[in-house]
Parts: sequence; structure tokens; C-alpha cells
Amino acid sequence: MIPAGFEYHRPGDIASAIGILQEHGDEARVIAGGHSLIPMMKLRMAEMGHLVDLQAIDELKGIEVGAESVTLGAMVTQHELITHEGLASAIPLIRDAALQIADPQVRYMGTVGGNVANGDPGNDMPGLMQCLDATFELKGPDGTRNVAARDFYEAAYFTAREDEEILTRISIPIPGAGVGQAYEKQKRKIGDYATAAAAVLVGNGKASVAMTNLSDTPIWSAEASNALAGGDVDGSVSAMLDAIDPVADNRGPVDFKKHVAAVMLRRAIGRAQTRAG
Amino acid sequence: MSKMHVKLTVNGKQVEGLAEPRTLLIHFLREDLKITGPHIGCETSHCGACTVDIDGKSVKSCTTFVAQVNGADVTTVEGLTNDDGSLGVLQEMFREHHGLQCGFCTPGMITRAHRLLQENPNPTEEEIRFGMAGNLCRCTGYQNIVKAISASADMLNAQKEAAE
Repeated sequence: MIPAGFEYHRPGDIASAIGILQEHGDEARVIAGGHSLIPMMKLRMAEMGHLVDLQAIDELKGIEVGAESVTLGAMVTQHELITHEGLASAIPLIRDAALQIADPQVRYMGTVGGNVANGDPGNDMPGLMQCLDATFELKGPDGTRNVAARDFYEAAYFTAREDEEILTRISIPIPGAGVGQAYEKQKRKIGDYATAAAAVLVGNGKASVAMTNLSDTPIWSAEASNALAGGDVDGSVSAMLDAIDPVADNRGPVDFKKHVAAVMLRRAIGRAQTRAG
Repeated sequence: MSKMHVKLTVNGKQVEGLAEPRTLLIHFLREDLKITGPHIGCETSHCGACTVDIDGKSVKSCTTFVAQVNGADVTTVEGLTNDDGSLGVLQEMFREHHGLQCGFCTPGMITRAHRLLQENPNPTEEEIRFGMAGNLCRCTGYQNIVKAISASADMLNAQKEAAE
């Protein structure tokens, strides 16, 4: 399994990386940890003339925990998310979810930016970021703009990011005291994508509910969130089941996926409620 | 595609070579450097037989381009022996506890276990199993692999204590 050839670039700052993307257009792609892209390249399902490695760009690194929000550089790895104590006390949900992604080796390489930017419906971080109401910072030839995670996903592998833009940072409001957080994921084996996964915040009269791998985008539901905020668990689950649109595949038929979705969501709600102040 | 100049530290030694950027690290190690400890198993980043240590991280070298690790410090199972060439603690404990049957997964198991014990010198059985989840043994000899890693932790801690 040998990928097609490419020219390799390792720019040291964002402006240079954008410059390479501009120069080569469709022929260029960025690579973060590479654990989604390289398997696709080995299968020759992805080919590009120019590979732009983001590892040397310091601006894309680092976790900052502020009083009201957390900022994650796009190149922060899942391993760093798991081992950062400040992050775990500010938003424990992120560690809970990251521990359920892939396996240790993949988590050393896989990045949060790659996970959210790739647009793979199977990835865990997009639904999580919608639940947390995160904002993605994009930099491109025309400058910097911010897009809400809830507005970012258009279809499988299609997002609001333009070809010449790079997702640089993710900022996340800290849910704060009194808000319970939980992530529940059903998978066939360790390392697998979710059959269904649910991210839940609940407390202080508010709630947020999102699910993963049950449609061609992550699903955050305002109806399900509002119902849960009002204490109506059954209403929340039924609103979410109306919002998702799973398809039959090797993880099971549609009815099974809806069943698992309801089980995961109820478990996540229950666990988040017990953690709420 | 033109070749690039690659410079790495592998098992403490500086190595250099020419490689196409698309060359996967596992192929560079095995075919160019003739370091055949890391194995090619599934080639799809599931099995972990190709695991090497790169700058203090366990990495599947079948899913890493040599271009990405240019300049890095790489350790393979060959680099985990004692200085005199005798078996290192993990290697010795895998032998002692029969932590292998066919042995194909063993280089990846040992290299991953090395990093796990660096990060968590006193792992519980559950932590060992979770920390080794990226390595598959198709002989399914997991019981003895876990025992070997647990015994290695004890021995390494005893050595550390004796040295202090």
C-alpha cells in the first residue's frame, strides 16, 4: 500500500502555509496528524501533488484555559487533551470523549483540528464541539473569520472551510459550575467509530444535546436541548430521534441505530444529571 | 518525484538517507536501514505491529511518512536491549512469562509497553489493557502479555529503588 507521490512542505508559519495552498490550489492539502488522510492516500482514494505539513507552526499549538473559555490550537493532539489537567477540570467532557477515540498510538498523532476539520461524520469531536457551542477560527488569503461549530458542517466531508483556509484554533465557552457533562459512545470494538454517540450538557436550567455518526453531519438539536432544559427527558430523546437520519451499513440497520441512539442519549443524560450541581 | 534528504536518530545512532516523501517510515526502517524489528501487519493502523517510539510517543510507523519524522528521535524494539546487548527488562519479562506465541506482534507490544511504563510506572491491569489497546495479538495471548508488562513494571521499580 504505497501512496501516490507528492512534494512535501513543512512551513514554519500560517502565512507560508496559506501561500502554498494558494500557489497549488486543488493540488495541495494540509496534513495534521495524518491518521485520517494517510490511510486514504494509501488506498489511493486521496491523491495530491503537494502535502503541507502543519507540525512546525507554533501558532497552531497549545491549550489555553481562561476564566470563561478554553482555546485549543488546531494541532493539539488527543493525547494532549487527555493529559492536560487544567483542561480536564475546566471541561471534563473533552477528556471523556478523547479517551474513546481510536487507540493510544493514534491519539498521540491525531489532532483536534484534524478531527473537526475533516468533516467525517464518524469523528467524535464535531458533535462534541456542537454540544459545547465551540467556535472555529479559520485563516485564509482574505484574513481571519470565525464560524460556529453548529454552522460548520454541510454534508459528509463538506464544511464551511474554503480550500485555501486553514482551521487554526477552537474556542469553547466553559460550561461552569452546576452543569453536568457526559459523553457516551457505543462502538463495536476499541478504536472503532461510533455506532451512536451522545454528548450532553445539563444544569442551571439549560441543556445542550448533540449526537455523532447518525447522519451525514453531527446533529445538534435545539428541540432536544430545550426539552431537556425543561426536564423532559422523553421529549428530548424523541426530538433527537426525529432529528437524526442514520443509514444502514456494517454497524447495523436503521432501526438498530435508532435504538442504540436512544440508549446512548438516555445514558448520557442520566450521567450528566448526576454530575450536575 | 524527487527524493528528499532524510536525517534521523534511530536507536541512538544518527542515520541519513534519500527517500521519496511518500515513503512510509516502516518501509524506510525495514528496507533502507535494515531494521526489521518493527513488523508490517495490517498496514491500516489497526494492529500496532509496526509501533515505534518517536520523540517520546508511541506511533504506528505504517501510517507515518518518513518526511513527517525528518529530524526526529526514533526507537525500535532493537533499541530496548541493555547496553551490553542482553535483553532489556520488558524483553526478558516477555520471555519469562511467555508473553508471545508466534511472536509477530511482540516488537510492537514491547515498544508500546515501554512508553506506557515511562508514563505510568505503576499501572493496574485495567490500565495496561487500556494502554495496550492499539496492539493486537492474533494468537490472543493477552493474559501473558499483561503479566509480562506488570512484572516489568515491578522489576523496573525495584531497579530504580535499588539505584536510589
